[in-house]
Amino acid sequence: MNNVRAFGAFWWNFIVGDDWRVALGVCVGLGIAGFLADRGIAAWWVLPVTVALVLTISLRRATRGVS
Amino acid sequence: MSHDLFLFLTTFLASGVEAVEALTIVLALGVVRGWRAPLIGVGIAALVLGVIVAVLGPALRLLPIDTLRLFVGALLLIFGLQWLRKAILRASGYTALHDEGAAFAAEREQASETRRAAPTKMDWYSFTVAFKGVLLEGLEVVFIVVTFGATEGRIPLAAAAALAAIALVVVVGMAVRAPLERVPENTIKFAVGLLLTSFGVFWGGEGAGVSWPGSDLAILAILAFLALLSFAFVRQLRRQRLAGLPVGASA
Repeated sequence: MNNVRAFGAFWWNFIVGDDWRVALGVCVGLGIAGFLADRGIAAWWVLPVTVALVLTISLRRATRGVS
Repeated sequence: MSHDLFLFLTTFLASGVEAVEALTIVLALGVVRGWRAPLIGVGIAALVLGVIVAVLGPALRLLPIDTLRLFVGALLLIFGLQWLRKAILRASGYTALHDEGAAFAAEREQASETRRAAPTKMDWYSFTVAFKGVLLEGLEVVFIVVTFGATEGRIPLAAAAALAAIALVVVVGMAVRAPLERVPENTIKFAVGLLLTSFGVFWGGEGAGVSWPGSDLAILAILAFLALLSFAFVRQLRRQRLAGLPVGASA
């Protein structure tokens, strides 16, 4: 069981990394882009905006209290 | 054509920096404890990585193209943003720059302190550290080769770019017998983070059904946007680090 957990932890760390909010933000952004595109609404701007928001939040958390 | 160029460039640069890091580990082991065991570790790790590419690449190609792009786009976005985030934190001074000289010294010290096997026996410490180091650094290369290659249907080109970078690093590393401290690793990692994230945005968007204005040329606009955004973050973070404030506090 410990090996399975370690294997899962390795891949989680490999793909998701230090901040799981980045992965969550990407999934939400892709969902919104798909939702809009499916209804014929221009959605090309969604992912660049998602990246900007996700980076802002993640960097802000990473640098909070660090100088 | 431009996709092929970006594919080659991204894979070459990413493989190059990972190879530099793996070389540092193997060099430190080889110099201190001898070359046989680390080289066996490198060989077996390379074999495992080759098998992963050979199995995973064709398997991914079985997915419908839109599903593949959505899947690969999401992975590249998450993975690329990790690289970009770290690169921004390094460039702004919040995280220490990666120093190959310091990594070499630490690895060498560790290798010197660990008990050695008899000369006739296998040095399992060297084998394990080299195998693990090459496998872990190589997995990132494999990830990029497989995702880029499968999405564009160009796994051989992506693999060739990776092998060219690794060969270059190994040849130079063996010639100088020292860690490649002059390779601008932090700058290269920044560039790779930008490229991975740009392709993640582009393919993820296509997979989700987005129509990009300008079609394939949109990738250049995405890259330019992300580069400007990242440099703006670096500038702001540098200023705020000096002022002792968290990012966004003055916005």
